[in-house]
Amino acid sequence: MDPTEIVAGFRRDKSDLLPMLHALQDSHPQNYLTSESLKAAAGHLNVNLSWVYGVAGYYSMFSLEPRGRYIIRICNSPVCSLMGSGTMIETLESILGIDQGETTPDGLFTIEESECLGICEVAPAMMINREVYGNLNPERIAEIVDDIRNRQKQKQ
Amino acid sequence: MISENRIILKNAGHINPASIDDYIAAGGYGALAKAIREKPEMVVEEIADSGLRGRGGAGFPTGIKKKAAAGATTAGIKYVVCNADEGEPGTFKDREIMENDPHLLVEGMVIAAYGIGAGKGFIYVRGEYYRSIEMLQKAINQAKEKNFLGNEILGSRFSFDLEIMPGAGSYLCGEELTLLESLEGKRGYPRIKPPFPAEKGLWGEPTLVNNVETLASLPSIISHGAGWYRSRGTEKTPGTKIFTISGDVKKPGCYETDAGVKLRDLIDDLAGGTADGKPWKAVLLGGAAGTFVPHGWSDATMCYDELRERGATLGSGAVIVVGSRRKLIPFIQNILKFFRHESCGKCVPCRIGTSYLHAQSLLLDKAGAEERKAILNDMLDNSRQMAKSSLCPLGQSPILPVESLHRHFMETVAVE
Repeated sequence: MDPTEIVAGFRRDKSDLLPMLHALQDSHPQNYLTSESLKAAAGHLNVNLSWVYGVAGYYSMFSLEPRGRYIIRICNSPVCSLMGSGTMIETLESILGIDQGETTPDGLFTIEESECLGICEVAPAMMINREVYGNLNPERIAEIVDDIRNRQKQKQ
Repeated sequence: MISENRIILKNAGHINPASIDDYIAAGGYGALAKAIREKPEMVVEEIADSGLRGRGGAGFPTGIKKKAAAGATTAGIKYVVCNADEGEPGTFKDREIMENDPHLLVEGMVIAAYGIGAGKGFIYVRGEYYRSIEMLQKAINQAKEKNFLGNEILGSRFSFDLEIMPGAGSYLCGEELTLLESLEGKRGYPRIKPPFPAEKGLWGEPTLVNNVETLASLPSIISHGAGWYRSRGTEKTPGTKIFTISGDVKKPGCYETDAGVKLRDLIDDLAGGTADGKPWKAVLLGGAAGTFVPHGWSDATMCYDELRERGATLGSGAVIVVGSRRKLIPFIQNILKFFRHESCGKCVPCRIGTSYLHAQSLLLDKAGAEERKAILNDMLDNSRQMAKSSLCPLGQSPILPVESLHRHFMETVAVE
């Protein structure tokens, strides 16, 4: 969808900037804010592009670089780290063959280390896009990743 | 053996959170109907009399905040903002409320708005809480249809509009003034206090900022009265508190009990004791911006003042249990890495201090026992400087875990 069409659904009020950036980012298959998106937001709110760029760059949920279709937010907060998130991160990195912050060559997954996701009762935990996965162990992580890969293959 | 006393979470798990009819059948919106028949001053007075203290972490008397916002004058409109940017590690109580009983929060917000004369409200929910956002949006839409929100609520002359604002991944935005900056579509940089939000808040207008749990406590206070509320908890921390127990326990989760419960009872009776059955090594109370306590503190009374007097914190109600076999060095390293990551960089003491503290904690790995003690002493000095000179609570917080680790676990860390 064209960024200018997306921003047209919002008020011309700076309070709408964060929801607008979320909508722009979510609409892109690569889960990021393109320069066209930022320009559309700035134009709609009648603010400088630098303002929008500054806001987009500040918040960790926004990305200015292309990312995978599935964003894996692996929690590495105090509780998850206590419960073994270090091993979970290593498992993910080895299964996907990328480091955190990177995207798989097929454009399917990006690993992002996250601060507390507020799901500590099932630590160690992660989110993949909007889904929560808790009580992780290496086998379960492998299953979850396989499952998404298979679903993706079926779609194609 | 203690058990839960659910007031705020009484509906959670028992009603369909997507159904306003279920909520109404459970007595929901009765408190709002009652409040709206009273004068707004009476509503604020009742809340002040209840002795309710802000459940976001600081424990500030809610009545004082509400009176300040009620007393403020403006030619524009006043705002009520719900701080649902729950990001304190080990804390997930607000999510529990929003996902399982979203109408309770909506009702609490309308009551608060009526009390202070606010015309508009925002719920600032952290961006990762997709389900909370979805459930709240449904609740708001339903409440509008039934005229619990909108124009001339329940036939009165009071109108109030409510919106959800999603955050985008910044711990600092959980600080009330930073949250307002974010709501205004800016980077999440803290403001200098004073002025406090009650005087100059969102868009410079008088604004009441309250945590989810605080606002969700209002319907039962209005329904049953301040005296009823005060009959629970302790004299200085009346009512119930939701504790989120995590880490090395058999049944981690959200537990609501009267404030003033013993730490031991929370861990043993509610969370089923430690996972390995052995005495725990440490508990981190209140999250990353919280304090370590040793096993000798099992009898600690979980309320704001008693813990503060003893040099600990209740904070958000996070109880992170560290089992007997865990090491504390990687734990403190992780906490300090968190502060380093979340520092916004606006003020120097925090920007440099959080990086430096984390770097110092990494030196603990290869240091000998005496050297470790020297490093801890140094870390304590540095976090003290930060506490004195930082602009906002973020830079003022690392002292909490560092000082308590230094105080209770110096010898443990030295030989770990």
